Amino acid sequence: MTSQARSRPLSPHLGIYRWQIGNSLSILHRFTGVALALGLPALAYLMIALAGGQGAYDEALHRCASPVGRLFIAGWTFSFFYHLFNGVRHLAWDVGLGFERRARYASGWAALLGALACSLALWGWMWLAARA
Amino acid sequence: MNLRSPLGRVLGLGSAKDGAARWSAERASSVALVPLTLWLLVALLRLPSLDYATLRAFVAAPVHGLLLVLLIAVSAHHSDLGTTVIVEDYVHEKGWKLLLLLALRFAYVLIAGAAILAVLRIDLGSAMP
Repeated sequence: MTSQARSRPLSPHLGIYRWQIGNSLSILHRFTGVALALGLPALAYLMIALAGGQGAYDEALHRCASPVGRLFIAGWTFSFFYHLFNGVRHLAWDVGLGFERRARYASGWAALLGALACSLALWGWMWLAARA
Repeated sequence: MNLRSPLGRVLGLGSAKDGAARWSAERASSVALVPLTLWLLVALLRLPSLDYATLRAFVAAPVHGLLLVLLIAVSAHHSDLGTTVIVEDYVHEKGWKLLLLLALRFAYVLIAGAAILAVLRIDLGSAMP
């Protein structure tokens, strides 16, 4: 029994791991997850400013519209779409779907390109709304 | 709800600690976050503007307040589960690991608590005559 427990598979060490789409997307999932977690204080700040009154909210909105604010919002929208799409991919794997090599590659590219497309569409929408 | 198979438990497979419960909690919270985050995104995009009065009225609607509170709580919980795994993967020194996990947990509770209080202030304030 203990010999069986000992012979369970270990994940390969990063130093000898060949880079490919699978592990790149996996690392991107973590990276975007951390980015989104860092967005929580921003969401809290917005809510606190909104509760604080017109002056506080306008200041928060002004910060969002600054170049740095726009950069962060751009990063968060991509992180959101990618983490969402790749998360659904993970949930499918968890119920045993899409493990085949072709399905894995196709869903990986779909998550990445879909996230880029949705981000571009949203940035375009916000750009148009800001001009209107 | 227990997702571990009886055979696996008898054979002593899987986490020796509480990994299985946290694994399923991470999935459960991710399933909840799909409709919650998409709702907020679509609802914000459908607002005529993001000025103070409009957003304030949006948050003050009781259903929106409830959904926002849920979104904040579940995303903080999900983030905590996620960053805990990352810390456990890369921080091996016991003391630092404990300190970091504790600091992150405190930060999430503080941030989520502050955000939820703000939503409640808007929602409860608007209910007053």
